[in-house]
Amino acid sequence: MAEATIARGGRPVALPRLSAALGPGAAMLYLSVMVALPIAALASKAASDRFWPAITSPQAKSALWLTFLMAIATTVIDVITGVLIAWVLVRDDFPGKGAVNAVIDLPFALPTIVAGLVLMSLYGPKSPVHVNVVQSRMAVLLALLFVTLPFVVRAVQPVLLALDLDVEAAAACLGAGPWQTFRRITLPAILPSALTGAGLAFARALGEFGSIVLISGNIPFKTQVASVFISGQVESGDTHGAAAVSVVLLLAALAVLALLDVATRRMRKRHV
Amino acid sequence: MSKRLLRFTALGYLTLLLLAPVGMIAYRTFAHGMSPVWHALTTPSALHAVYLSLAVTAIAVPLNVVFGVGTGVLLARRRMPAGGLVNLLVNLPFAMSPVVIGLALFVLYGRTGWIGSWLAAHSLQVLFSFPGLVLATAFVSLPFVIREVVPVLEELGDDQEQAAATLGANSVQTFWRITLPSIRWAVVYGVVLSAARALGEYGAVSIVSGNIVGQTQTLPLLVEERFRDFDSTGAYSAGFLLALISLLILAAMTVLSRRKEHP
Repeated sequence: MAEATIARGGRPVALPRLSAALGPGAAMLYLSVMVALPIAALASKAASDRFWPAITSPQAKSALWLTFLMAIATTVIDVITGVLIAWVLVRDDFPGKGAVNAVIDLPFALPTIVAGLVLMSLYGPKSPVHVNVVQSRMAVLLALLFVTLPFVVRAVQPVLLALDLDVEAAAACLGAGPWQTFRRITLPAILPSALTGAGLAFARALGEFGSIVLISGNIPFKTQVASVFISGQVESGDTHGAAAVSVVLLLAALAVLALLDVATRRMRKRHV
Repeated sequence: MSKRLLRFTALGYLTLLLLAPVGMIAYRTFAHGMSPVWHALTTPSALHAVYLSLAVTAIAVPLNVVFGVGTGVLLARRRMPAGGLVNLLVNLPFAMSPVVIGLALFVLYGRTGWIGSWLAAHSLQVLFSFPGLVLATAFVSLPFVIREVVPVLEELGDDQEQAAATLGANSVQTFWRITLPSIRWAVVYGVVLSAARALGEYGAVSIVSGNIVGQTQTLPLLVEERFRDFDSTGAYSAGFLLALISLLILAAMTVLSRRKEHP
């Protein structure tokens, strides 16, 4: 690790002068055209006197509220189940563990529209287990839990693997029960990574669209989340309204990124 | 005892949320045998959707590989001007809603947009056509390669590159012979992740595509349209095809992540 830091701070040797200007220039140009310019266009579209009315219209307000509430609920459940699953995958042993471990990433590999279809096939109108959540808020929550499942698990797993078992054994020796050991020893160690995973899951839940669009039924004031609302506004030709709500989602995403950045920097400092 | 309870809870949650629904889609797809599935997947619109998804992926992914490796090397090896801003822009596509990404492109390339008005004056079209699909797909899959490459480069350090330079290698030789071979598994892993996202992208593409059957309808859009048209066999068949592709991608990810850790 120390070597890498020294090398990073050191003077570049292998790059000639022309590419020294050309490389960063090309990278910045690509990023500007591909990412920055569309976002700037969106922001300028939203920035009009119609911005405030657009995001405070009853339907937009209800969609935004639902989005934030659902994202918070998803994140809380993800942290609990994610830590549990990571713990079971690292500390427990059972036949088929490798397969279960591989399957955790499935929601990342599965297209979102298929994720919605998959949930609908079991929890939809023709459900073989007679559970029909379609057009309810439960459907939105279920879809969000599905697509965000890997974040906390994958953030916590490596930390749990690297954790020294001796400390836990020592705690147990000194008379701590399993729950006490977990709360005082294991949890503090995995909490930073769990929170990083939670941040990513929260950002994803705020913007999720594909898995929700079919199963939520898109009912205003009940199951319509912000992303589905935006898509509807675009279809009905109200680009201004769509852009305004989009900017709110975008700002929330930026806030999450900034928080995660600050948090990881703090954690790094503490380790160094 | 409590360990068993925890295992039971974790596996139960995974089964209800993940395994049972994914298993169910296979059952639903083949409930009436193979031939309806075959018919649903060989209609002209379905074949075109498969072709279109592959074509878009085949352009968007290489774009991101070139950009990702190049920018990754710059970020890890040199003090890039405005590195913080570059980092932010690189991470944004992950944090943004796909619908917002689609709308941003829609606004920029629409008839009254900054680029769109110029395009319209020259009777060029980006929205509701192939270039728009590529732009949306390249946007959403932009971070994958670069985010795989940067940590590997930082971990490696540049001792070998410095040694190569000392021995008289120029920067091109150093890149091809030293840097690229040492990050190749990270690049491949990034490509697999990008391809998965590109093939399955729905939100951003749905805004810019216009969903014209046989022209701008990708495979995920076909799933949605067939579902809305109450053609459940059609929807489940196309959905199953996508799920099958993602299972292959998952297998590749599992193998590759092992490679990546023990090169």
